[in-house]
Amino acid sequence: MKKFLLACAISVMGCWGGMAVADEAMPTENDPVAQKRAVELALKLRCLVCQNQSIAESDAELAVDLRQQVREQIAAGRSDKEIITFMTDRYGDFVLYEPPMKPATLLLWIGPLLLLAAGVVAMVFLLRGRSQAATESAPLTEAEQARATALLEGRES
Amino acid sequence: MIPEIGQFALVLALLLVMVQGTLPLIGASKGISAWMALSRRTAQGAFFFLSLALGCLIYSFIVNDFSVLNVANNSNTKLPVIYRIAASWGSHEGSIMMWVFMLGMWSCAVSIFSKHLPEEMVARVLGVMGCVSMGLLLFLLLTSNPFDRLFPVPLEGRDLNPLLQDPGMILHPPMLYMGYVGFSVAFAFAVAALLGGRLDATWARWSRPWTTLAWCFLTIGILIGSWWAYYELGWGGWWFWDPVENASLMPWLVGTALMHSLAVTEKRGTFKVWTVLLAICTFSLSLLGTFLVRSGILTSVHAFAVDPQRGMFILALLALVIGGSLALFAFRAPKVGTGGTFKIISRESALLANNVLLAVACGTVLLGTLYPLFLDALKLGKISVGPPYFEAVFVPLMAPLVFLMGVGAVARWKEATLPDLWARLRWAAAITLVAAVALPFILGRTSPTSVALLALGFAMAFWIITASLAGLFDRVKYVEGSFREKLARQPRSFWGMFAAHIGVAVFIIGVTVVKGFEIERDVRMTPGDTVAISNYTFRFESMGERTGPNFHASRGTFELSKNGKPVRKLYPEKRMYFAHGMPMTEAAIDSGIFGDRYVSLGEPINDGKDSWSVRVYHKPFVTWIWYGCILMTLGGLLAISDRRYRVSARRETAKPSLPPLEPAKLEKA
Repeated sequence: MKKFLLACAISVMGCWGGMAVADEAMPTENDPVAQKRAVELALKLRCLVCQNQSIAESDAELAVDLRQQVREQIAAGRSDKEIITFMTDRYGDFVLYEPPMKPATLLLWIGPLLLLAAGVVAMVFLLRGRSQAATESAPLTEAEQARATALLEGRES
Repeated sequence: MIPEIGQFALVLALLLVMVQGTLPLIGASKGISAWMALSRRTAQGAFFFLSLALGCLIYSFIVNDFSVLNVANNSNTKLPVIYRIAASWGSHEGSIMMWVFMLGMWSCAVSIFSKHLPEEMVARVLGVMGCVSMGLLLFLLLTSNPFDRLFPVPLEGRDLNPLLQDPGMILHPPMLYMGYVGFSVAFAFAVAALLGGRLDATWARWSRPWTTLAWCFLTIGILIGSWWAYYELGWGGWWFWDPVENASLMPWLVGTALMHSLAVTEKRGTFKVWTVLLAICTFSLSLLGTFLVRSGILTSVHAFAVDPQRGMFILALLALVIGGSLALFAFRAPKVGTGGTFKIISRESALLANNVLLAVACGTVLLGTLYPLFLDALKLGKISVGPPYFEAVFVPLMAPLVFLMGVGAVARWKEATLPDLWARLRWAAAITLVAAVALPFILGRTSPTSVALLALGFAMAFWIITASLAGLFDRVKYVEGSFREKLARQPRSFWGMFAAHIGVAVFIIGVTVVKGFEIERDVRMTPGDTVAISNYTFRFESMGERTGPNFHASRGTFELSKNGKPVRKLYPEKRMYFAHGMPMTEAAIDSGIFGDRYVSLGEPINDGKDSWSVRVYHKPFVTWIWYGCILMTLGGLLAISDRRYRVSARRETAKPSLPPLEPAKLEKA
């Protein structure tokens, strides 16, 4: 276990280790923080011409353009929120994988909670009924007692 | 000629399942044993003809008979033979053909492995399966005939969608369909039990192995699909919450609930009504999944209108199956007794709570999948529901589920007490807590959100492992003999549960680590450049060309080295298929137990120096996601192989047993 944890720690921590190699490839984005933000944003935006892919995943022209757009806006110092508003203003809510909270999507967002509440209520009722029945459960009849004894003594299985 | 034989075989199969779906059911209710006896022969006969039909379809694909519309649309002279075979189930018609064939296979299997069941039960089960077969065969023949001819005959076919030209295509759909369709057996058993009014522990024992087997197939099917998407789509994701994926996840979730509920029904004679409802829901969701994927409604509500005949047919079938079985359920369920009783703190309660959580999780996926369709249909606007939504609502449901998984595995049946539970689980809780708090820091994370997410993931995984071990310890404590003997005495069904639960933990570790520690680099590389991530270095050596049977590829050569020592060469490709002109990414992966190194080619950069945009990833522990699924499947298979199914099968034919005891009253035995 220890070895295993160590292996995993090394593989994880040494990440930016060998940076200064001679012909280090040019990152498409220089600033790692901006790069991370760009990827996270791109994952939330839908490529409108693809089947069902985010612009981070797609190689379609539109996706490449939109990724570029996101990077430029990040470079221009815009916040994530501003960039998302920019996208939804242009393409509508369809472009966003995380649907905004509004009257039409209310049920979508509170639906899981309602389902859970319904499930819990139903379960509580059922459990209460059952556990009452459990305390009142009848003793064994004579025939049942006899068979139980037989089972216990191993005469039958 | 061959396609006509296939066509004819389909018609004969339809005639046989029409008999299978009617006479045995009537016979069972009227007590006519000659009619009941028809069920086995007709099911086997139908399977024979369905196999013949599928064989004819595969043959038409192998010889590239372009006079068959389905072949002309999905094959090509340059398509390798193995993919021609896979193309047989690559199209809409082919996949429905596969569905019906699988249904025939399961029916045939039931007819063979049901020697120990009462004749009436067999007649009802096969009768119900016959009805389902009838619906789907009619759908196949009336709206999606795989053998439709085309005239004039084209010289060349349109080729199989390049995305599907992959070994994944050979295994993924058959496995997935085996799972989907396999739940029809559980469904048929449930409906048969409702019809016969015999809902008891015996019924649960009969349908349990079938359900578990179907679940195993579905798990493997989803696993292969996930892995396929991972290496094929070129950016290393393994689950996309795509509606098509959700369609397979929903029956899996409810099927998981069903397996556990069946266990309670068999062991304790309780939850009968709930189990039947789950069996109906699981198969209904399999049908719904087929409808969602096959009607074209997912791409757009309007795609549905392009070919409304097919969509309407499945919708009607869906309404008939779900409505009919639920009506029967509503009519019969109140007459079913409650069975064994139990206290609020007991294994039954833990299992029930988990069933509820799984059902809610499934409901949530269903809501997220269908919501955009409804909004669009009601003209309330177009929205997308994607990974951010599902992750936000799904993960919070999984945490209590996992907690109860640990509790359920050690809690006593009928009545457990909190002090007792605490005594059994305190070590598990302590280890879990320490691991969850310490691991994120040991692994060098400090930002609050990433620490919290990692801690949650590790807590869930360690809780399952330690609680499972606590359960194992409990079981062997009172068994005599050496440690090895103690372990060997445990039944396979226990080991099945153990393995499957550990599988869930392995899966969670995979997801947690890859989410927390994956490193992605999106770089521009010219031959000679290197990019380093973790202690690995990728060196872009050269760019070459390669011509495959039906595509032309740009092929990069990368040298992967670890701590400066070369490990191996990687060859990612960008393929252009002749017939479709669609570029496809083939990632190159160096896969290992502790993670993958992944390179995929993006786009060429026109600077005259053979530069490419390249994505490289280090994905620690990503493979554990699939190892976890494999363990879960192995667990299922172990449980099915448990001795008591074979023993009880023999005993039931041997002698009629004493009238069954109320299981609750046997608790002390």
